[in-house]
Amino acid sequence: MADNLARDTRPVAATTAAPMLEVKDLNAWYGESHILQGMAFDIRPGEVVTLLGRNGAGKTTTLKSIMGIVGKRTGSVLFEGAETASLASNRIARLGIAFCPEERGIFANLDVRENLLLPPQVRPGGMSVETIFELFPNLKERLASQGTKLSGGEQQMLAIGRILRTGARLLLLDEPTEGLAPVIIQQIGATLRRLKAEGFTILLVEQNFRFAATVADRHYVVERGKVVDHFQASEIETSVDKLRNYLGV
Amino acid sequence: MFELLGISPQALFGQLLIGLINGSFYAMLSLGLAVIFGLLNIINFCHGALYMMGAFVAWFALKHLGLGYWPSLIVAPIVVGAFGMVLERSMLRHLYKLDHIYGLLLTFGLALVIEGVFRNEFGASGLPYGIPPTLSGGQNLGFMFLPNYRAWVIVASLGVCLATWYVIERTKLGAYLRAATENPTLVQAFGINVPRMITLTYGLGVALAALAGVLAAPIYQVSPLMGSNLIIVVFAVVVIGGMGSILGSIITGFALGVVEGLTKVFYPEASSTVIFIVMAIVLLIRPTGLFGRAH
Repeated sequence: MADNLARDTRPVAATTAAPMLEVKDLNAWYGESHILQGMAFDIRPGEVVTLLGRNGAGKTTTLKSIMGIVGKRTGSVLFEGAETASLASNRIARLGIAFCPEERGIFANLDVRENLLLPPQVRPGGMSVETIFELFPNLKERLASQGTKLSGGEQQMLAIGRILRTGARLLLLDEPTEGLAPVIIQQIGATLRRLKAEGFTILLVEQNFRFAATVADRHYVVERGKVVDHFQASEIETSVDKLRNYLGV
Repeated sequence: MFELLGISPQALFGQLLIGLINGSFYAMLSLGLAVIFGLLNIINFCHGALYMMGAFVAWFALKHLGLGYWPSLIVAPIVVGAFGMVLERSMLRHLYKLDHIYGLLLTFGLALVIEGVFRNEFGASGLPYGIPPTLSGGQNLGFMFLPNYRAWVIVASLGVCLATWYVIERTKLGAYLRAATENPTLVQAFGINVPRMITLTYGLGVALAALAGVLAAPIYQVSPLMGSNLIIVVFAVVVIGGMGSILGSIITGFALGVVEGLTKVFYPEASSTVIFIVMAIVLLIRPTGLFGRAH
């Protein structure tokens, strides 16, 4: 009995099961449109979790709301126990969250090296540039190129590579496979598994659940701005019909 | 050859020098405008008034505080830059998401207010500001007489322009600035305090104008209208060079000063309009300016 009491009063942060990110009743608006309508989910440290759903379901808006770059948001976003829903995006980034946008956000006025080194280090222990080149050898050969002269796949590698340096432990990746050739998608998939092995926590937005199934531990299905269903990786094969129905594929 | 053209070498080189001097001010002012427009999306119409304030701070510091020319080169840009940052924090920041025209109207109004206050206080006639003793006199180059102060202005302006170019195009700080010009939301989401960067950038652009004002004080008289006389030409320079291009504003500034000077030699009647003729031609052939990129 005494043992149990002692265990129950342990600080939450000390338990590995405590979520790294906990989203509760998150609402977000673009102008008059109410996009997120009570979004709720969580991610534990070291997990790869996907948000699946149709176009316009609110997946991208969820990432942007966590990052603090939507017009208006309410509700709660706890990162490592700290409330971030009212912080400016630069403060959120400094806590250790990094964002890779769907359009990749490579800067045309910067060369590849400048793009890669642009995001400041927010925590110690970021990946070294050498390790990033090992993951994405193409980047090393194109360091002096203008950022937007890269191929779509190389731009995606640059967009992921540059946030690995920062020491952020939670990566928000918005459709990293969109519009890429199958061989590049495989390379991105291998990279995500490697990042997971290195202890990164990843929230992935995907339309391609076949790809998502190869990398993620859990999947949330998003519809009309909220989570409507939840699958473990092991349940994917037995729930294919249900998923196809949700995603309209 | 000079006899053939009916022009004395003294007149030619004299006007070339005046052209380079004017070009120095065009370059420094249009550089500040380009940096501000790039990041803030604001056409800073009060740039001329802030240049005038720079000259007045130097004049005031000398008359009332006994602070000479050299300290003023540092003090005036800091004082006027700080004033600019207050303007940015209190007024300009509300306009970033609106059309350019709002920023232009606000800064135009500010220019009128600032100039009105100074005219009310100091009258419209110029106040004298002496050349610093270390730079008085000049060199006889054989074909022309080069006043030391004018040589210094050209060298100083070129140095400041190149240093600004280097910081923006070749340093980490400049990379943040260029990236934020393109996509401020993403740069902020990487952890950069973009609103603070915008304030400092405006302060820097304004400080450049004030520095130009101090350099100008011993050449032109210190007058409340010195900025409005200059700023229209500077805007033409910015349009010719291309909005938002750093190197473009520097090269265009010096080049158009020289073009203006040469016109004074060969066809004086056109000397005050030649820049606007060039502007019209450039707009017809390359609407984004000589160095501008289409947005």
